[in-house]
Amino acid sequence: MADAVSHAQDARAVLEGPDINRALIRISHEILERTKGAEDIVLLGIPTRGVHLARRLAGHIGRFEGRPVPVGSLDITMYRDDLRLRPARALGRTELPADGIDGKVVVLVDDVLFSGRTVRSALDALNDLGRPQAVQLAALVDRGHRELPIRADYVGKNLPTSKSEIVKVYLEENDGRDAVLLLKGEER
Amino acid sequence: MSEQRSTVVKGARILGGEPADILIRDGIIEEVGQGLTGDETIDARGLIALPGLVDLHTHLREPGREDAETVETGTRAAALGGYTAVHAMANTDPVADTAGVVEQVWRLGQEAGHCDVRPVGAVTVGLEGERLAELGAMADSAARVRVFSDDGKCVSDAVLMRRALEYVKAFDGVIAQHAQEPRLTAGAQMNEGAVSGRLGLTGWPAVAEEAIIARDCLLAAHVGSRLHVCHVSTAGSVEIIRWAKSKGWDVTAEVTPHHLLLTDDLVEDSPVGAYNPIYKVNPPLRTRADVEALRLALADGTIDCVATDHAPHPVEDKETEWSAAAMGMIGLETALSVVHEAMVETGLLDWSGVAERMSYAPARIGRLAGHGRPVEAGAPANITLYDASARAGVDPSAFASRSRNTPYEGRTLPGRVVATLLRGRPTVLDGKLV
Amino acid sequence: MKRHLISAADLSRDDALLILDTADELAKISDRSIKKLPTLRGRTVVNLFFEDSTRTRISFEAAAKRLSADVINFSAKGSSVSKGESLKDTALTLEAMGADAVVIRHSASGAPHRLAGWVRGSVVNAGDGTHEHPTQALLDAFTMRRRLGPLDGRRVTIVGDVLHSRVARSNVLLLSTLGAEVTLVAPPTLLPVNVGSWPCEVSYDLDAMLPKSDVVMMLRVQRERMNAAFFPTEREYSRRYGLDRDRVARMHDDAIVMHPGPMNRGMEIAAEVADSPRSTIVEQVANGVTTRMAVLYLLLGGADLGGEIRQ
Repeated sequence: MADAVSHAQDARAVLEGPDINRALIRISHEILERTKGAEDIVLLGIPTRGVHLARRLAGHIGRFEGRPVPVGSLDITMYRDDLRLRPARALGRTELPADGIDGKVVVLVDDVLFSGRTVRSALDALNDLGRPQAVQLAALVDRGHRELPIRADYVGKNLPTSKSEIVKVYLEENDGRDAVLLLKGEER
Repeated sequence: MSEQRSTVVKGARILGGEPADILIRDGIIEEVGQGLTGDETIDARGLIALPGLVDLHTHLREPGREDAETVETGTRAAALGGYTAVHAMANTDPVADTAGVVEQVWRLGQEAGHCDVRPVGAVTVGLEGERLAELGAMADSAARVRVFSDDGKCVSDAVLMRRALEYVKAFDGVIAQHAQEPRLTAGAQMNEGAVSGRLGLTGWPAVAEEAIIARDCLLAAHVGSRLHVCHVSTAGSVEIIRWAKSKGWDVTAEVTPHHLLLTDDLVEDSPVGAYNPIYKVNPPLRTRADVEALRLALADGTIDCVATDHAPHPVEDKETEWSAAAMGMIGLETALSVVHEAMVETGLLDWSGVAERMSYAPARIGRLAGHGRPVEAGAPANITLYDASARAGVDPSAFASRSRNTPYEGRTLPGRVVATLLRGRPTVLDGKLV
Repeated sequence: MKRHLISAADLSRDDALLILDTADELAKISDRSIKKLPTLRGRTVVNLFFEDSTRTRISFEAAAKRLSADVINFSAKGSSVSKGESLKDTALTLEAMGADAVVIRHSASGAPHRLAGWVRGSVVNAGDGTHEHPTQALLDAFTMRRRLGPLDGRRVTIVGDVLHSRVARSNVLLLSTLGAEVTLVAPPTLLPVNVGSWPCEVSYDLDAMLPKSDVVMMLRVQRERMNAAFFPTEREYSRRYGLDRDRVARMHDDAIVMHPGPMNRGMEIAAEVADSPRSTIVEQVANGVTTRMAVLYLLLGGADLGGEIRQ
């Protein structure tokens, strides 16, 4: 969603590095609070950037609690509902923690929550992998415009956008820096 | 022919020379000169006049495969291609191995009237390669057969070949050999080489042709007979024939238009897709080096003539997987244009060379009286008028042949046959059948 | 990727790596309890087998079904084909049924090329005559990569009836694309005449190749070749070109032994070699499903590329 494309001057930074960090720490606390100590949680990031975010959240929660938190990745390519709109794409990785997801509270982590279709695909994918006790959703940015009855349990920033605007998330691990940019329409 | 009406062909460039008028009366060229007049006039200004073409190797398919071609449709195609005589190959059903069958084919040709049809007789009964057919009876028949061939199959038995070569001497016949060693070509699908290896198609090695040609040249020399080699396709065959001729042996040879132009890599890569059986032919398309050698051999006379090996097949025999497809290409309606491109445009032959290779020589080899004579006073008026400046894409749907298996579809070829005269009577005018 | 997979030469290095990487991900599906993905729901894959090959057909069938495609098996035996229906008429029938992909196995080299001119869907070559078998080469490359890592510079020796082997043709093309160094070893009678133009080396001496090889791939030898004088006796073939225990002992420790199956145990490969830990023969079968899933996904999983019918 946020390839390192060159972007126009009218790109506006809505979150900078420290903001992202603060948001992730807050989400970590919220997860601990809502899951009452995060005993049974598994963090599953949706490739590409959701995976990095999930690892960061796991790091924070692990530090607060003094124990490692299971983290993995969940590729949803094969479950997408828009496969026929583009040439077949390369698959991301799906890696589940050793103990799997049965009976766990799975927290799906994605960078941007938009139409909700990605999350719908992720729920289908999860269904084929096991039977979690519950599934929750964390997103760094919720930009609105949902097309399905899906909402996030944890949100870094609610960002009102118009449909033509583009939200770009940059993460250190992938792009060399942390930032969330809002670009004005048209270009892709 | 009791009427004494005359025709004059105005302004034709005989063999590409200066414009002249050709006065024709009673099917004979009466005079060649300037300012001639006749009852009827054919405007031939800008056209080249060639002697009517003669094909030594045509498959008319009748009797037996009238779905592919008939004498009627095949001779229409011949006339449109500028031919005034064709030799109809013997591999029909029934095989042309008796006086009855060859007379039938000959008579069908007479009735059609588009060009003369000279049947070729089978060498062996049923093309089985076991017993000689009644060669003498066919020679003595109304069809006056002089060329004998098991074409499609090789007379591979050395003793049988020797006997055939000897036997036809009695009536000045010739054995036209389809040179293909059968054991070396069992299941063969295309030229054996780099392309066949990549495509996983069983190879048809050059040596299978060359070994038979070498053997037959030696046999012909040994018994003092006449040998004609059908559709020479390899550089090695050219070398052997050149050697045999250097010995003074009575060996002649033909090459097809497609072997002068096309190569085996078309099987792998062509606009009509890989493995398209439109390129499946026997002998197979060979390499660029073979094509070059064949052109030079035709130019220097090592190869005596061009023969079409016109081999019609219905669509369903070509729209299949490669190995199931029939072998052969039609060629009567494109032969002159292909020779034009391969030999004339390359400077290897002039128009008198074309006349020799496509008219005089084949008529001579076939002992065909009344054809293959120069366009001059006293000769039968078999004339082909050719527009060498034309250029057009090949459109199979316009062919007179019943079949469409041409490898040249979509290709642009030079020249156009404008008119064909058979003993003074136009069979084709303005590029259309009369 | 092109619309069809007919020859290993259709694949660029990037295409080949994409297929292998995709297969790597899909391999995990076999370890799940639900071995199915919804990806090709509503798409139809026809297995068009003019030649008996239960193994290959089942492998493609499993691959298509794991991707939720509808699978129609069309085998020539007992069908209208055996009653003389042409390949073209069969193709038009499949076209009318709306096949999105046709997996074709045919005894005639080039049959998939012909089919591709008559149908709109993707054509996948599952073995044509003595021409190619590209998905076999992909699964072989996948198997090698899993055992040995990247194939660049790896030495692969392919031994046996290269002349009649579609597996050898596809492997030479694909492995050279992937940067491996391939050597063909066979009696000269079982090599194509112009094999020198292929992107590989040729040797008549198996023993000389063994210590240098990372992979030794044995090809099946048809016993009927003996009658056509390709070699004198089975015993002599086996002695000169068979892989037995003594020969395997000359291979280096990590080198692997492959065979596309079905094997002639005791002919080209000794039973104890086929069953040894070096042997990847069983893995090759499992990897076949995964690799074919990757191929079907990449050909059918995206936008319709809008094929045209040529004739």
